[in-house]
Formats: sequence, structure tokens, C-alpha cells
Amino acid sequence: MMKDNVENKVGVDAMNVKFSARDVQVYYGDNHAIKDVNVDILDKTVTAFIGPSGCGKSTFLRSLNRMNDTIPICRVEGDILLDGEDINAPQVDPVQLRAKVGMVFQKPNPFPKSIYDNIAYGPRIHGLARNKAELDEIVEKSLRRGAIWDEVKDRLDAPGTGLSGGQQQRLCIARAVATEPEVLLMDEPCSALDPIATAQVEELIDELKASYSVVIVTHSMQQAARVSQKTAFFHLGNLVEYDDTTTIFTNPRDTRTESYITGRIG
Amino acid sequence: MSPLILLAIVLALTVAGYVMGRQRAVGSVDDVRKLHSLPNFYGMNVAMLAFVPAVLLLAIWVIVQPLVVAGQVRGDIPDTLYETRGELSLVMSDVQRVASGLDTAIAQGVLAPGDIEGLDATTVRDTLGGVGVALGSDVSEEVLAAALDYRATSNTGDWVRTVVVLVVAVAGFLYAYLGTSGTLRARNRVETGILILLITAALIAILTTLGIVLSLLFNTIEFFGLYPADEFFFGTTWSPSFGGGSQLGILPLLWGTLYISLIALAVAVPIGLFAAIYLSEYASSKVRSIAKPMLEVLAGIPTIVYGLFALLTVGPLLVGIFGDGGILGVGWMQGGTAVMTAGLVMGIMLIPFVSSLSDDIINAVPQAMRDGSYGLGATQSETIRQVVMPAALPGIVGAILLAASRAIGETMIVVLGAGAAARLSLNPFDAMTTVTAKIVSQLTGDADFASPEALVAFSLGMTLFVVTLALNVLALYIVRKYREQYE
Ligand SMILES: Nc1ncnc2c1ncn2[C@@H]1O[C@H](COP(=O)(O)OP(=O)(O)O)[C@@H](O)[C@H]1O
Ligand SMILES: [Mg+2]
Repeated sequence: MMKDNVENKVGVDAMNVKFSARDVQVYYGDNHAIKDVNVDILDKTVTAFIGPSGCGKSTFLRSLNRMNDTIPICRVEGDILLDGEDINAPQVDPVQLRAKVGMVFQKPNPFPKSIYDNIAYGPRIHGLARNKAELDEIVEKSLRRGAIWDEVKDRLDAPGTGLSGGQQQRLCIARAVATEPEVLLMDEPCSALDPIATAQVEELIDELKASYSVVIVTHSMQQAARVSQKTAFFHLGNLVEYDDTTTIFTNPRDTRTESYITGRIG
Repeated sequence: MSPLILLAIVLALTVAGYVMGRQRAVGSVDDVRKLHSLPNFYGMNVAMLAFVPAVLLLAIWVIVQPLVVAGQVRGDIPDTLYETRGELSLVMSDVQRVASGLDTAIAQGVLAPGDIEGLDATTVRDTLGGVGVALGSDVSEEVLAAALDYRATSNTGDWVRTVVVLVVAVAGFLYAYLGTSGTLRARNRVETGILILLITAALIAILTTLGIVLSLLFNTIEFFGLYPADEFFFGTTWSPSFGGGSQLGILPLLWGTLYISLIALAVAVPIGLFAAIYLSEYASSKVRSIAKPMLEVLAGIPTIVYGLFALLTVGPLLVGIFGDGGILGVGWMQGGTAVMTAGLVMGIMLIPFVSSLSDDIINAVPQAMRDGSYGLGATQSETIRQVVMPAALPGIVGAILLAASRAIGETMIVVLGAGAAARLSLNPFDAMTTVTAKIVSQLTGDADFASPEALVAFSLGMTLFVVTLALNVLALYIVRKYREQYE
């Protein structure tokens, strides 16, 4: 009985792996920004990346949806598997990949379009709706998931850039959700937000984990502790420690992790 | 005293004011740190008050005095000497010429200052001729008297000017110098001074524009006094003849301007815009670093060179294709000068203009916008079409309208490439002409500036000005409306 349970759990875990990175190296020209990173990121789980500025959290995050392709000097080596398939394989179209692995950026970046068009942007590009009614439905659903529907439902034609910072960020999250991604990457999504907006976004992340794998870069240890189940600590391009969030914060194995979470390096 | 010497004196006072003001401030406290402002500000404060009011006054005086004196002397001239206003101004210019000739003669020692009063009108022409001032006719008693009056009044004016300017300079100096103490807020005073300087510069810019518009306007009104406005605006024939009986309808010219500009924009906007998109979004930094300067060289070519290119290369080339016996054998084109020739070449001229403006605007679209689109799985061209372009659109519309203004105002290419025939025709291979080209041809040569044939140039200019202004206002309106929507 006991044994059964354990086996079952391992089995679920293995099926549960969304991203698996093996010996990943990232270079910006000669600058070796990510060194030998191995990590398994789980489905339906919030994974937090923490670490001091410049340690490579964003770089690693961006290599998960090949956003680094847009930087000419950037080079990625090693294997990154999404559902067991190498995302850097020649037959993989980065554009398709990014539809599956959505991204929310540090600074809210709504397009200079109406709220409706912001959300409809991805579905339109990927042809997710067959007609206007379906598109309307996707927009409403996404805005609801972004926890911003009630605030904007009466002004879907107003420009997205006219919202407050917190609303804009939730709009961007709703926009990312609208393309039905399997993974959501968030690079410090709350760093430009006030505490109330931050709380709203955190609540949202918590809801999103029911259907997505969410990876969030954050500078706030409290935030990592509040929203994530798994935490990865990066330092100078190395993945120092990766474990359950509670373990990282209560019982870290590496002294560098301990120093960081107690505020001695950073 | 000449204005230059006066200026030098004021300048000397200014420098002295700077040094002394600074010293007085420093001397007024035991520790420079106790001064309200840095020592230099006290110096600048004194210098400023010594210099600016005096020099401003001097500048105004130099401009206004001749006008006032001329006005006064004009009253001396008996009305037997002239019949019309034009003749009066001819007499006045004689008077001024004699007056300044007398000055020259005195300066060269040919006449003693005392001789002036007893001068005989009949010898004046020879005397002045001897010092290099040639007069067109003998000087009459009245003109000589007026010239003497003119000199005397001017001299008095000059004296008063010297005294007043010096008094103002010294007063400013003393006011600031005596007011200098450690607690004076010299820094704030200097700040105010700089503000006033900047406002003055802005005012000068605005006032000159206003002056230009007004001068256009007065001449235009004068023209409409001689030629009916409705025939000007709605006339379909342009055939000026200086012998009288001209038909001065603007429509053929406006049509030519519009047609050529449209062709030019049809060439320049797509090519320029696509070039800008390629350069800013696709080109590697190496290609960019070569291609951009090359485009900018194109922008530096004088338009007369483009005109030559139109006349010698593009025109014959087009005739070879569309002319009688051309490759297509259609015979649409009679000669090398045509709307198409000028339009194409003008379009080429505008390409770098459109592309470099658009390039800057596209580059100003934040990278975050592109990242957001790529992050949603959009391709590069989707991103450009749906995110970058809409964000850049107000700027690009502005750039296009600016290009349109330039096309409308362009002259040399039209003169050489489009011909001189004012014609209302739809055939782009016909020779036509534009408003600007006709302004040139109406004013060059021996034009009588009081005739409608010459004055029409001003109303053409005014029309052009209004059209370009409307275009710019439209550009502003579009840009603003768009911004409101998306910012
Ligand atoms: N676009 C880029 N070009 C060159 N170097 C970069 C770029 N982005 C990041 N880097 C470098 O990569 C390293 C990691 O940066 P980053 O991933 O942004 O760190 P973090 O997000 O943890 O603060 C830094 O040394 C940084 O200078
Ligand atoms: Mg970062």
C-alpha cells in the first residue's frame, strides 16, 4: 500500500515534467551568462526563479520560449525539452513555440490598440476563433481569467495604454492567456506595481496554476514564498539550488542560498 | 558717435560690471560660502543689467530713428515735386542719398562741416560725384534743403541716442552694483535674465514669421485691388501678358502642383517607408551603418542637381518609352518635360526625407512592444504590421505630410523637369507647371512691381502658404487625435 503510493507519486511527477533543461549554456557574445543549468519544471505548478540582479534569471527564462533568438549576439547551448521535445530542434518554429509558452514582461507593455484588440491579438494571429462571436467569447474569458473583466467590460474599445499600471499588467496577463498557452513565463511581473495590484496579480497566478505551468522571476522573497511551490536560486549564472519552496526558505542546503534569503548577498 | 563705438563702450562697462560686481559681493562677506549665490552670479547680474537694457534700446533706436526722421523730413518736401506716393518715395530716396553723400564728403575732407549750410544746389552733384556718390540728376533746392534737414535731424538724434544709451547703461550698472550684497539673490536674477533672453528669441522668431505673412498679405490685397479675386481663384486660364489683358487663373497652377506632388508622394512614400522598415527592423547593424549614410547623401543633393537629372536623363528616358516612336509606341509624350518627369525625380528627392524620418520614428517604438508581440507567437512581419506600424503611425503621417509640404514648395525640379506651360490636363506625360515655378517667372526680368502680373506672385505665394499651413494643421490634428486614442 505504502509502496504503491510512492510509485504512484513518482509516476505522476515524471508525467508532470513540463520543461526539462539539460546542461544549458547561454552566451551573450563572450559573456557566459548561464552555466550548466539542469532543471525540471513541473506542470500545474508555480516555479519561482530568485537570485541577485544579473545572475541570469531573465536570460534563462527567455531561453524557455526562444525569446533570446531576437537578440543577435545571444547563443543557447544544451537541451531544453518541452513535453520531451527539444525546443531548439531545427523543425521547431519559434513562433509556434511562443504561442504555447506565453510570456509576461517586467514592464506592462500593452499594444497601442483597444483593450479588445490587445486580447484578440494572439487569437487572431493564430486563428483560434472561427467568427466574431467566438472571438468575443475568448476575449471575455481571458479578461475574466486576468481578473480585470469587471473593470474594463464597459470600455473594451478604450485604448489599453490608458489603464493604470496594475490594470495594464493584468491586461498583459490576460493577453498572454488568450492564446491558450501551456506555460506562462513571467519576468518580475509585479516590479512596477503597487501593493494592491501586486496582490491581485499574485491571486491571479495562484488561480492560473490550476491549468498552467507558471514560471515567475521575482526579487521579492516573500512573493516567491507566497505564490510558488518550487523555487530555483540562481547565482552568477549557476543554478545553485532547486527544491520545494518551503525547503528553500526553511532549510536550504547551499550556504549561498541561505545567505541570499537572509539578505546577506543580493 | 557711431553705434559700434557706443556698443564697445557698453561692452566695456559690462565687463567692468562683471568684475566689480563679483568683487563687491565677495568683499561684502568674510566667507564666500555665506553668499546667497556663487560669486559669478553677482558679476553676471551687474553685467546683465548694464548690457541688456542699453543694447536693446540701442538696437531699437538704430531701427526706429531713420523712420522717424524720414517721416519728419517728408513734410518739408513741397507737393509741387510729386504727384503720387511712388514719386514721393523716389524723392525721399534722393534726399537720403544726398544726405549720406554729404556725410561721405565730410568724412573724406572734401567739404568742411561748416560749408554745408552755404552749399549751392547746382554744385552738389559734382561735389558728390567727386567722392564717389553718383546722383542720377541735378539736385534741386528743395531736395538739398530736405537733405540738410535730414542730416541735421539725424545728427541730433545720434547725439540724443548716445547720451540716452550711456545713461541707461550706467544706470543699470549702478542699480545692480549698489544693490549687490551678500544676501542679494543674484542666482535667481540671472535665472530671470536667461528666461527673458529665451522669450525674446522665441518672440523674434514668431514676429518675423508674422512680418513675412503680413507683407505677403498686403501685396495680395493690393493685387486683388487690381485683379478680381474670383477670376484669380476660379479662372482656368493662366496667360499673363505684361501688355495688359492678362488672365491669371490659379487653377492650372494648383492642378500642376497637386499632380506633380501626388506622383512624387506615390513614389517616395512606399519606397521610403519600406526602406525605413527594412533598415530599422531587418537590416544587420553592418548593412545599416552603410545604407543609412548613403540615403542621407541623397538628401544632401541640391535640388538643382535633381532638376538636371530630370532634364537630361529621366525626361529623354521617358520619351524613349512613352513618346512617339518609343518602345511602347503609344506616343503619349511629346517632349522630355512632363508632370511624370518632375514627379518621379521629386519622388526620388523625397525618398531619403521620408525614410530617415520614418526610420527614426520606427526606432522610437519601444522594444517592449515588439517583445510583447513576439512573446505571443507573432512573426516579424505580423509584429511590424500590427504593432510597430500602428504605434509609429502618427509620426509617419507627420513625416508624409512634411514631405508633401516639401513637394508643394519645390521649384527647381519643376522648372527644369515639368516645363512652363500652365495647363489643365489629366495626361501625366503633358508638360505642366506649378505655383512656385510661376512665382519665379513672374518676378524675374523687368517686372513692374505695381502691375497685377507681378503682384500676382504674392497672391500665389499666399495661396501656397495657406495650403501648406492647412496641410501642417491637418498633420497636427491627425497626430493629436491618434495620440489621444492610444496614449
Ligand atoms: N541583451 C543582452 N545583451 C548582452 N548581455 C546581456 C543581455 N541581457 C542580459 N545580459 C547579460 O546577461 C547576464 C544576466 O542578465 P539577466 O538575465 O538579465 O539577469 P537577471 O534577470 O537575473 O537580473 C548579465 O551579465 C547581463 O549583463
Ligand atoms: Mg531580469
